[in-house]
Formats: sequence, structure tokens, C-alpha cells
Amino acid sequence: MSQSYTVTAVTVVVLATVLVGGFGLRISRTTSDFYVASRSVGPGLNAAAISGEYLSAASFLGVAGLVLLHGPDMLWYPVGYTAGYLVLLVFVAAPLRRSGAYTLPDFAEGRLESRAVRRLVSVFVVGAGWLYLVPQLQGAGLTLRILTGAPDWFGGVLVALVVVVAVAAGGMRSITFVQAFQYWLKLTALLVPALFLLLAWQGDGRPRVDLGLTGAVADRADHPLYATYGLIVATFLGTMGLPHVVVRFYTSPNGRAARRTTVFVLALIGAFYLLPPVYGALGRLYVAELPHGANADAAVLLLPERAIGGLGGALLGALVAGGAFAAFLSTASGLTMAVAGVLTQDVLPSRGVRHFRLATPLAMAVPLGGSLLVSGMPVADSVGMAFAVSASSFCPLLVLGIWWRRLTPPGAIAGLLLGGGLAFAATVITVSGTVRSGWPHALLAWPAVWSVPVGFLAMILVSLATRGRIPPGTNAAMTRFHLPEALMPGARGGPGGAGGPTGTSGPTGSSGADSAGGTSGTGGVR
Amino acid sequence: MSGAALAVLIVLGPLLLAGGFVLGRRTARPERTSDVGTPVEHATFETLHTASLAAPPLRAGLTEESARKAARRLRSLLGTDALCLTDRERVLAWDGLGEHHGRHVMDHVRTLLDSGRDTAFASGCGDLDCPLRWAVAAPLTVDHRVLGTLVAYAPRESAVLARAAGEVARWVSVQLELAELDRSRTRLIEAEIKALRAQISPHFIFNSLAAIASFVRTDPERARELLLEFADFTRYSFRRHGDFTTLADELHSIDQYLALVRARFGERLSVTLQVAPEVLPVAMPFLCLQPLVENAVKHGLEGAVTRSRITISALDAGAEAEVVIEDDGVGMEPDRLRRILRGEGGASTGIGLLNVDERLRQVYGDEYGLVIETGVDAGTKITVRIPKYRAGVHGT
Repeated sequence: MSQSYTVTAVTVVVLATVLVGGFGLRISRTTSDFYVASRSVGPGLNAAAISGEYLSAASFLGVAGLVLLHGPDMLWYPVGYTAGYLVLLVFVAAPLRRSGAYTLPDFAEGRLESRAVRRLVSVFVVGAGWLYLVPQLQGAGLTLRILTGAPDWFGGVLVALVVVVAVAAGGMRSITFVQAFQYWLKLTALLVPALFLLLAWQGDGRPRVDLGLTGAVADRADHPLYATYGLIVATFLGTMGLPHVVVRFYTSPNGRAARRTTVFVLALIGAFYLLPPVYGALGRLYVAELPHGANADAAVLLLPERAIGGLGGALLGALVAGGAFAAFLSTASGLTMAVAGVLTQDVLPSRGVRHFRLATPLAMAVPLGGSLLVSGMPVADSVGMAFAVSASSFCPLLVLGIWWRRLTPPGAIAGLLLGGGLAFAATVITVSGTVRSGWPHALLAWPAVWSVPVGFLAMILVSLATRGRIPPGTNAAMTRFHLPEALMPGARGGPGGAGGPTGTSGPTGSSGADSAGGTSGTGGVR
Repeated sequence: MSGAALAVLIVLGPLLLAGGFVLGRRTARPERTSDVGTPVEHATFETLHTASLAAPPLRAGLTEESARKAARRLRSLLGTDALCLTDRERVLAWDGLGEHHGRHVMDHVRTLLDSGRDTAFASGCGDLDCPLRWAVAAPLTVDHRVLGTLVAYAPRESAVLARAAGEVARWVSVQLELAELDRSRTRLIEAEIKALRAQISPHFIFNSLAAIASFVRTDPERARELLLEFADFTRYSFRRHGDFTTLADELHSIDQYLALVRARFGERLSVTLQVAPEVLPVAMPFLCLQPLVENAVKHGLEGAVTRSRITISALDAGAEAEVVIEDDGVGMEPDRLRRILRGEGGASTGIGLLNVDERLRQVYGDEYGLVIETGVDAGTKITVRIPKYRAGVHGT
């Protein structure tokens, strides 16, 4: 019985996503609403879109699962996921928007004027995107297996197919509305059942939740304090480099709006993250007998049926399942678009017209293969690895690129390769399972503590050693990053006088307005 | 097992991609023939290759930096001990031995700068060990003006070197002429932008004012609103700073333009706008869409008694925005359109289309030109693709 509800809920979510994506354009047919239709996206809508894209399987399922298994220590996960936006707000949001960059490779090229740095950043964007996509697909597989008994691979393949078809067929014409819709859907899907669960808990006479470590579960890491610091560094500094987050800031009309958007994002995400711990705590009461490992991620899905039961429980369970699918779909589609965009622009050899559509299946195929091959890792942990890679490579690039004049292309390359490369290598070793215990395991599983300083140091030292290579347009770029749009001087055609022939036209059109007018007697409207 | 397999996958994936990338580059590039052909052919290939390496810097004109980059290649082309490039006043670059000779070069080439003829001279070096005893200088000319000189040094007099230096100087001159051509093309496009801005005004101003005048008595409030729209529209079109704008501003200007057109044609014209809001901040060349809409209005209303419908849509397509402007008017013969886009259409129509096409190609590259689908009585559909980011393009 409950299976059919779940199938219905998932189907409705998939259909709604495709429909909103395909038809959620602003359309105007009369004069009066033309202006409204061509108005930029406000901070509220854009913030909902960013939040919708950001809240992934790790947030929806993973956090509750970790709290259920390991207790209140795991609350650092939601704190870190949220606080990353605070760092982004303070250091990056407005200058990044003012740079005009759509993707991180764009930013690297615009700031450092180097194709080599651009290529390297592209490789890291694709790598981090793939790392982040794997747990999304695994989460989908887990959800469908728990709720309908479908085989493990089915959910991942389903999400991959929906995303590839929707993105490649040009279905995601307006991703802002889709993602904003997904945020509110996810919030509802967690909030409403949470209220009923709390009522049920009241009805049971408020049994006390034991928040200590349950004896059955082994300690998560040999060095919990170090692991916590690793998590904090990775999530605080990694958020700013996530490929699907960066592209959404482009939608803001200017730097100020980007900053306001980030404040709204903090509020929206903060509100959302109040809920998963509730599920984790109540899970200890009602689904305590869950098998260990990845299956703890299923706590959120099972809780309504176990705690409430009956038709109500089944319906609420279906709602949660729909919300979980919204989480997989929104994050996966955002990441796929970002990765496919970078693949078409920078990685695939370009011959004539570039094929965004061909790149989409490729962007999804690798993580799908990964999700089918590897299993048994909690989703929040595997997402943490993507954060660590991002924090060790993109964070130094963004922070130093925006705030330090003396960054040079060789410095950026060294920092990316050392910081990001080492974090990536650590991730690969951890996933392969060759090191399983002791300090080596802790250092490799939470690499951010050492790889982020390595990335920063390499970037700074190599930049200082190659002073001669400071890009000539650095001052112009810095001015653009930091000066509010309203104060920008009027004429800013070319890139900071780098010798391009186009930038030299100061008073374009100043004399042409009246003198040339008489010569063109035949062109305009009759 | 699965963990190890994933690790292999993670390592192999990027390697495969990188391999494909390199392979694609290799096959896209012409074969580098190192061991094909006779020694003579081989030498020819080498020479042509060296020349092709020297060409790109020279295409930027004769500056200190371009001279420095080119001098290295030119010296290996001539096989001399030292080579020097000068402009009319000073030495721009010295490649090879004996840089101290640079001080005297300008004295030796002074006559050449006036006469424009190749000259040979003894270097007159006091240092007996210095291998640079003799030099030949050849002029670099553009449009019969001597821009600078190329001076090649050798241990002894050599007729072969004199001949070769003359030929290389002439080849450099051709590259400099091409650079001059590039510059004048840029100037032409800038002039065309000015012309386009001015072109909107006379007819449109006349027609709009006439339409507004017709409302002054019957509907003064509407007349006032139209005048304000008119003021805003002209302020945007005659704006004097910056070559770039945002899609949102451009659409706003189109809105004002259409309001004024509607004042003339009333119900005969209906316009639908579809916008994906995330593409609104895209930076784009100034006044690239307005001429296309103007074109659609003209074609839509040309000879049509009934209503005309125009659809403008701006959609998100990955790293690009796609703007489509469609009308259901009389359309055009594809051949005629082709002539217009080649610039052979005469003065009557299509200056706007041609200009927009050329500016888009200049800013974003040839793959971003206008795509126009049309036929007689089949309406016209114009598609513009705009990359969301391009270095040097920043909307105001």
C-alpha cells in the first residue's frame, strides 16, 4: 500500500520538476507586463534557488542518519554546511558577481589572464562535481530500495536519466524557478512530517531521547576532535567553490544583490537545518534497530511509518520520499549543468559548434559508474570529500584572487595542484579503503586541515617567487571586483589596457550622433 | 573490491579525458612532418614553420614587445649571429651577440630611413674579437612609408645574406601591412557602430514625434507617457560610454521602442516576450537586439493589412544565452538575405542586420554570428547566441 503512495509521490516530483523547468518562463503579451518580465531576479527568489540546489541528499538524509548513529557531535555538519555561506558572504559573493564570471574557469581566466590556469581549474571543477554527484545517485538508489524494494541501482539510474533527458533536451530553460520550487518542496517535505512526529512523540508521553553514544556503534573515527576540525575547515571554506553554487550567483543583477542573496540563503538554509536533527533524535527512539552503515541514511524515510503508522504514516512517508527525490534531482541537475558547461567549454576539443547536449551524458556517466561501483559510505561523508577538494583548491584561488594583488598564474597553478591535488589523492586513497585506522586514516579521510594551508602556502610562496608574472590587467580587475557598480567610471570597454585594439575607443559616438545622421536616409521605419 | 575499482575509475577517468583532449588537439593540428621528403623539402618546411611562428607577434604591429618576440624567430630564419629591429627613432629589439652595437645602429640606418633602399655597412667595431664585422639593413615599409629597419650582422660580407635580409624584410613588411589592415577594420567597425546609433534616429524620431503629436489633444496623458518613453529610449541609444550593456537593459530599451511603435500601429502589432530570468544579467554588445526587433517590426507590418505577431524569447542554454526574435511577416528570399549579409545588398535594407552580425563575430568569434531562417511569406526567425562570459566583455 505505502509503496504505491511512494511511487506516486516520486512520479509527481519528477513531473513537476520537468514541467516547471520547461515552462517556468516569464511570459508577457501586453505592454504593461513587459517590464515585469524583463526585470532581474530578486534576492529572495535567487536565494531560494541557491538553497534548493544546495540542499542535497547529504542534507536531507545524511545529517539525520549521522545524528542517529553518532549523536550530537554530528551537529557540526549542518552548522558547517550553513556557515560556509557566511564565509562566502564576507569574502567572495559581491566581488565574484562583479567579476562577471559565470563559472570558476571564467573567474580564473578573467583574473589571471591565463589559459593554462583556466584549463586546470576546469579539471578541478569537473572532478569536484563528479565527487559530489556520486552520493546523490547513491542516495536515490537507497531511497527507492528502502521504500519500494527496487534494486539498488535503479534509483541512481532513474535520477541520472531524468536529469540527462531534461538538461540535454533543453528542458531546463529556466532553472531558477525549478530550484526555488525544489527548496520549498524540500522544506515542506521535512517540516510537515516533523510536526506530526513531534505530536506523536507528545502522544507517547515524551519518552526521553538518549543522546549519548549507543554502545553498539563503534566510534566514528580514532581521532574525533581532529575529524571535527577537518569537517569544519572543509565545509566552512569549501562552499564557495562548489560549481553549482557559483553559477547561481551570476543570476543576481549586481554585487550588492549577490550579497543580499547570500544573507537570504543563510536564513533559508538555517531554517531547513533545524529539521534533520529532529529526525535524528526521534530516530533513536523509533527506528533504533536500524542496521548500521549507509542504511542509517534511511532513518528519515522510515520514521513517519514507524512512529505514526496507518494511512497517515504512509502518506507522510510518501511526502518525505518525494522531498528526498527533489533533493537528488535538484542537486544532480545543477551539478550536471555546471559540469557539462565546463566540459563543453574547456575540456572537449572544439570543432565548430560546441555540443552542450553531448557533454551532458558524459557529465553524468562517470559519477553513475562510480555510484554503482562503490557503496557503503554514508552520503554525508562522501559529500564531505567534495567539500575538502573544493576548500583546498578553489578557496585559495578565490580568496587570494579577490584580495591579493600579487597572485600570479604560476602561483595559482602550484596552489591548485598541491592543495587540491593532495586533497583529491587523499580522497581516492580513503575511498579505495587501503588505509583503515589510526592517524593515517584520520589524516586522509579529513584532509582539509592540512591541505587547505598547503594550497594557500603554495599559492603565496610561488606567487612571491614569480613577481614578474603578475598579470598586467590586475589593477583593472581589482577595481572591477571591489568598486560598487554605481561608482564605476562610465567608460570601461576593454580589459584594462592589455593592448587589445578594441579597448581604445574612448569617446565613441560623441561626434557621430548629429553629423552622421543625415547620411543614412533609407534605413529606419517608414 | 568495489573501493579499489572506484579508485581505478577515478584515476582512469581524468587520464582518459586528458588523452582524448591531447589526441583531439593533435588530429586537429596539421601533421608536423619531421622525417618526410627530401632534405630540400625538409629545409623548406623548417623555414615555413619558423616564418609562421614569427607572424603572430608581428600582426600586432611594430612595438617593442612584438619586435622582441619576432626577432628571435627572424634570426633563426636568417641564420645570422645577430639581428636588430628598429623603428624610425630607436632600436626596438636586439637578438643575438654584441648588443653594444645597438648604440650605433641608428647612425648607420639614417640614410636608409629616407631612401628606403637596402644598404650594407661595416660595423666598425673596435673589439677585434667581435664576430660582427659587417651588416646589411633593409627597410620595413607599409604603404610606401618606411616604418623601421631590419639589420642583420655577419662576420664578413655576404651577397646571400644581403639578398635574404631583403626578402625577410619584405615579408615582415607584408605582416605589418596586415596588422595595419586589422587596425583599420577595427576602426571601420567602430565607425559602423556610430553610424548605427545615428541611423535609428532620424526616421524613428520623426515617426515617433508624429505619433505622439496625434495624441496630444485626444489623450494628453498618453502623449506625456510616450514622450517620457521617447526620452528614455533616446538617452539609451545615444549613450556615449561603453561598448557593452546587459540583456536586461537591452530588453528594456526594446520595450520602450515597442511602446512607441505601438502608438503608431496600435492593435496591428502584437508582441510576446518569453524570458528565462537567469540570462538577464548577461553582458552583450550595445544595441545588438534593437535593430533585429526593428527589422522584425518592419517585415511584420510590410504590406500586411492584418495583425502581425512578433515573438521575442531569451532562454538559458548552459554557458550561453539564446535570444530568438521571430515575426510572421513577408519574410525574404534566402539569396537576397545572403547578399545582404555579405554586404552587397545595397543601401536600402539590412545595414542593421549586417552590422549586428559583424559586431557579434568580432566580439565572440565567427561561430556566434546571426542565424537567420526565412523564406518568402514564411516569416523570419533570427537566433542570437551570447556567451555568458567572455574576457573583456563587461556590461555596464
